[in-house]
Amino acid sequence: MHVLLEPGLFSNDTVRTALVLGALVSIVSGVVGVFTVLRGQSFAGHALTDVATAGGAGASLAALSPLAGFIGGGVIGAGAMDAIGVQRVKDRDVATGVVLGAATGLSALFLYLITLQTTTTGSTQSILFGSVFTVEPSTLPDVLVLTALVLVGLAVIRRPLLMSSISPELAAARGVRLRAVGIVFMVMLAVAVGLSAIVIGSILSTALLIGPPASALRVSTRLSRALLLACALGVAATWLGIVFAYDSYYWFGSGRGLPVSFFVVVDVLAEFVLVSLVARRRRRLLAPFGRGARPDHVGWI
Amino acid sequence: MAGPDLLEVVDVDVALSGRMVLHDVNFRIDHGEFTGLIGSNGAGKTTLLRVLLGLQEVVRGRVLIHGEPMTRSNSSVGYVPQKVLFETDVPVRVRDFVALGIDGHRFGLARRTRQTYELVDEILDSVEATPFANRRIGSLSGGEQQRVLIAHALVSKPELLLLDEPLANLDPGSAQEIIQLLHSVVANQHVAILLSAHEMNPLLPVMDRVVYVANGRVASGTTDEVVQPGVLSSLYGHHVDVLRVHGRVLVVAGDDDHDGSHVADHPALVIE
Repeated sequence: MHVLLEPGLFSNDTVRTALVLGALVSIVSGVVGVFTVLRGQSFAGHALTDVATAGGAGASLAALSPLAGFIGGGVIGAGAMDAIGVQRVKDRDVATGVVLGAATGLSALFLYLITLQTTTTGSTQSILFGSVFTVEPSTLPDVLVLTALVLVGLAVIRRPLLMSSISPELAAARGVRLRAVGIVFMVMLAVAVGLSAIVIGSILSTALLIGPPASALRVSTRLSRALLLACALGVAATWLGIVFAYDSYYWFGSGRGLPVSFFVVVDVLAEFVLVSLVARRRRRLLAPFGRGARPDHVGWI
Repeated sequence: MAGPDLLEVVDVDVALSGRMVLHDVNFRIDHGEFTGLIGSNGAGKTTLLRVLLGLQEVVRGRVLIHGEPMTRSNSSVGYVPQKVLFETDVPVRVRDFVALGIDGHRFGLARRTRQTYELVDEILDSVEATPFANRRIGSLSGGEQQRVLIAHALVSKPELLLLDEPLANLDPGSAQEIIQLLHSVVANQHVAILLSAHEMNPLLPVMDRVVYVANGRVASGTTDEVVQPGVLSSLYGHHVDVLRVHGRVLVVAGDDDHDGSHVADHPALVIE
């Protein structure tokens, strides 16, 4: 890296926009992702990224906003999964697989049609793998509003959502409408996937959605701490990715930078490995105190 | 004049996927009674509990709480499900999980008050779960988890507590501890309990009444009224014997042509 960071990095408007966007998207992905992992819906989250790809490609083909396409596609996909049966555990994989297959087929069609319209592969690359440096600053207010809506919405449904994630049977006995809560959550998941698609691409948005939350859940004893840690890890991965990608313009003398999404995914993986090692070491340290015990003088998170 | 019973189940029929699984179910439970819901695996105990929770429609009949039709998520009824597999990575402490028994169904941004946690601590103390109140729920042993589930159900101050096979998968010592705990809940908090089990012997010292399920039908009353050859033979649809040995009860399938005195000569199938 140039000394440490390229001079003028943070005075660059493109970089500043990317950092703000990256932070917002990482926060919403971290919060939604914790519940996604708790509910065992990682596969559904991944399928929604493929549906978002179809939405983004369709929007690009129709000269509409890619963000609207990503989110619109995701929401339609979430509805389709629910209609097929995502609420029933045994049907979940089937519903997810059916929607994923259909969405991938649509994506292939739309992306092919895009290549017929243009002579470059820029659109396809940006849909699949993101292009945070090319996002217009005018997109920021939309992202901010959507992020706020998802976070407030999740805060409102957090307790029934947590109850139904821990034990659907107990939640139902307490009067929680499992299907209604599940649908609302799937819509939020679709929005989170759509938002992260504009930073690291639709295909790789699973990385932000699952990686930091999975790391956080390995070491957190309280939900609030898991949420905060997932957000912090996500923001760190995204910001580091942006900085590395920006700096990579100068690495090989070619004047061409490497993709942000590549660095973000590498950062997420490195965080997961690091946290897993810490969690394993922590378990060994605590083993003499009994199963699951934690003496008061030992603390992390 | 006495008021209505806490729970009345009147002429209830239940069907699952078009197949009748419970016929003509009648029984009642009064305040502060410990009732055992006894039957073999697949007899329909869980289905009956789901009916009492308002989660399963009935084909015919009525379920009344305080003389009023049962509604879903009635706050008078607490529930401990058959098996809850807490994942080890669920970031929820015991205290927070028990607090979900108060507000887990509520939407909104409100934070928990100090009073909520005081109530949670009081309930945890009553089920002797205070020592692991700050541990993750997924890190507890089976017996500890059962205590926490009972606390979760009790924290909303129900009048009737339904427990679905809470003794399954527990070692005999832990099972005895849970039974004594529930007995003290009945005595101290005047909560009525309906506990399902396939083995009635551990419950004999504490049971006021029994609801016996077999062949989709139910017999209810005191243990002495229900657990006798005539009643159970009628339920099972063939002759059964009831043997009492050292204070334990054995229900054995008898030979329809004999009076059961030949059990020793003809090794019988032990039903209970």
